[in-house]
Amino acid sequence: MTSIDLARVQFAFTSINHFFFVPVTIGLAFLTALLQTAWYRNGRTEYLRLTRFFGTLLVINIAIGVVTGLVQEFEFGMNWGAYSRLVGNIFGAPLAMEGLGAFFLESTFLGLWLFGWDKLPRRVHLATIWAVSLGSALSAAFIMAANSWMQHPVGYQMVNGKPQLNDIWALFTNPVFVWGYAKVVFVSLVTGAMIMLAVSAWQLRHGGEREVFARSARIALIVLVPAMLFTLLVGDELGVIEGKYQPMKIAAAEAQWTTCQPCSFSLFQIGGGNNDQTPTQIIEVPHLLSLLATNHWNGQVVGLNQLQAQYSKQFGPGNYVPNVFIQYWSMRVMAYLGALVLLISVWGLWLIRRKKLATSRVFLWVAVWSAVLPFVMNTAGWLLTESGRQPWIVQGIMLTKNGISPTVSATWLWISLVGFIVLYGTLGTVDLILMLRYSRKELEPERTDADTNASVPAVQY
Amino acid sequence: MSLVPFWFIVIAVLWTGFFVLEGFDFGVGMLHDVVRTDEAERRAAINTIGPLWDGNEVWLIVAGAAMFAAFPGWYATMFSALYLALVLLLASLIIRGVAFEYRGKRDAARWRRTWDVLLTTGSLLAPLLIGVALGDLLNGLPINASQNYTGSFWDLLQPYAVFTGVTFVLICLMHGATFLCLKTTDGMRERSWLAARRVAPFTTAAVIGFVIWTHVTASTTFFLNVIELLAVLAAIAAAWLVYEHREGFAFAASTVTIAACVVSIFVELYPNVMVSSTNHAYNLTVYNTASGAYSLKAMTVVVIIFLPLVLIYQSWTYYVFRRRVSSSEFRPREPASPAAENARPGPGAI
Repeated sequence: MTSIDLARVQFAFTSINHFFFVPVTIGLAFLTALLQTAWYRNGRTEYLRLTRFFGTLLVINIAIGVVTGLVQEFEFGMNWGAYSRLVGNIFGAPLAMEGLGAFFLESTFLGLWLFGWDKLPRRVHLATIWAVSLGSALSAAFIMAANSWMQHPVGYQMVNGKPQLNDIWALFTNPVFVWGYAKVVFVSLVTGAMIMLAVSAWQLRHGGEREVFARSARIALIVLVPAMLFTLLVGDELGVIEGKYQPMKIAAAEAQWTTCQPCSFSLFQIGGGNNDQTPTQIIEVPHLLSLLATNHWNGQVVGLNQLQAQYSKQFGPGNYVPNVFIQYWSMRVMAYLGALVLLISVWGLWLIRRKKLATSRVFLWVAVWSAVLPFVMNTAGWLLTESGRQPWIVQGIMLTKNGISPTVSATWLWISLVGFIVLYGTLGTVDLILMLRYSRKELEPERTDADTNASVPAVQY
Repeated sequence: MSLVPFWFIVIAVLWTGFFVLEGFDFGVGMLHDVVRTDEAERRAAINTIGPLWDGNEVWLIVAGAAMFAAFPGWYATMFSALYLALVLLLASLIIRGVAFEYRGKRDAARWRRTWDVLLTTGSLLAPLLIGVALGDLLNGLPINASQNYTGSFWDLLQPYAVFTGVTFVLICLMHGATFLCLKTTDGMRERSWLAARRVAPFTTAAVIGFVIWTHVTASTTFFLNVIELLAVLAAIAAAWLVYEHREGFAFAASTVTIAACVVSIFVELYPNVMVSSTNHAYNLTVYNTASGAYSLKAMTVVVIIFLPLVLIYQSWTYYVFRRRVSSSEFRPREPASPAAENARPGPGAI
């Protein structure tokens, strides 16, 4: 493998791993805050017990989310030095804002929430978990602003061949950011709610307290249904916007080599890829691609071959087509799993109406295993976004192959890659074991009337 | 005033804040196994920084991000030059970070023992490596005309840089020991004081050596500048106060020591940010690595709004957790319900 391949594999590996933990943190922080608010308002102890139960899962997950985020920040300078040097004055700004405005908030208030149970008044203590939730959501906003700039650069001018920031607000009004961030927020709620649902379902199947976990399952479903619905709607709009600014990405997602109008959408295909322009497409739905890519019944989607010709003319000779196989399948995996999650959650909602949620063993079994779905779905989504940007590191400004650190050797890259794989593999396993173990624990015993008004014991390492 | 020097100051402040705060976390991490006699005391030691360390570590992240935004050239060269050292640093910080959260999650002696060793190792390696990195900036590294590092891993281990790393480890040890004196009770407090007494002379000697070496490396004048003088005086004062058993003042003096040592590196660096040992004409300076004027202006607004806010809520955190942590909090309270109280404060322990 060349240095570029190694650097790309490393970034893909570390960022995909990082994004296993990010949506869980954002989603569970919000849900935990919701549970604690319920306890604060109505004083019912089951909400307190649920807050502490799911708060534990949140904290196990946050630890590794934070440290894997640190790797991401260092990696730009370590592996992508030429990129950092060229665009740091734009891309670095939202990263610094993330640290100052969001990460400080999240980390400091997490400590206050964890250890402050018996030291802070209840109202203040409730505010600290909301600060954690806000911090984690804000943090994603700044990171998405930075990432969206790579997809669709805005707010800059070229000075001596180098992009210079000239409008910081443009980064936050970038349509790719607005819709991309909305999608990340909704998908995080989906992930958090799915975990809460799966854990509650496991508890209900294995003799956990029915009253309490039926309640958390209900809350999870009530969040899950709209969040998944919005994820799909926002995702559709994001596709249209990306189709406008990154037509290659969308054309590759349908393996559309020639321009079409109107365009149909194939449910799946056999063959295909960058060397096979005529795969066998199965079950084509007429007009669907036109609708997805342009919002118009008869919209035109420019083919990869035309785009390649146009890019070669504009940017010089080279191959500007992303990996079509990855695009085609990641798009489908993401969309199909999204639809599946929506179906499962609507099924759950229907069971709530029939008052059978806690007793339908089939549904509970499905719900437990569904916990895997959001992770696969999220990974596919990021593959679609990031692989679809290739061969650019910043669309239209810098090619990925020109972005790496010029003097970092392949040996160093191998060492760090293997090191991170071993480290992440070990810690990921430990994290998974702990998450499973704590998901299966019994709830804290119910507090007696006598100590309902007494302080809640703090949490300690 | 151009915003370029201002941003150099911001970055120096962020690094200083990081070492002042995370410095005692590193120290406690290294010492938690030394000042205890049993599991309850070990947990008490870790819990003195339990609510604080995560917020403290963010100072490092923000320092890195601020360098990225304000001096992309510096960030790019430094991070790719220090490559393998940073891989090790990341591994140390990762292991250390999860050790806090995970060690109490299983009630098994071997499990805890493993995390304790990892916590100690990570807390030792992190200040060592960061110290080496900062030392390298001043000491000089092979950097060519296009601001790229041309050396190998071993070029990072210059004597001055290694000595800087060792000095920082020693300062963190003293800082952590004096912090533990302030935050623990009874036997632990005594043992922390003993640890401070043992380490203080070495720290003071190292600081004096470090300051002189720094001055000789970077400055052409004979006399130490104010900051360097302050570092020496504070280090001597800290050792003396430790021997006098003045806990509060000793911690204050060690805070000044650590801050002055970090600041003196940055003072001696300016206006360079990385010295080239190949040719001084290739030195990276604040001017040839800085972002455009607009970026700096935008970031200035952000830092002026947010940094004071951060200082306010972090100070409040320290106020909330101002009490000493007693090991008795971690011992089983009543034999009445041994099952529920066994080893953990409550079944929901996070």
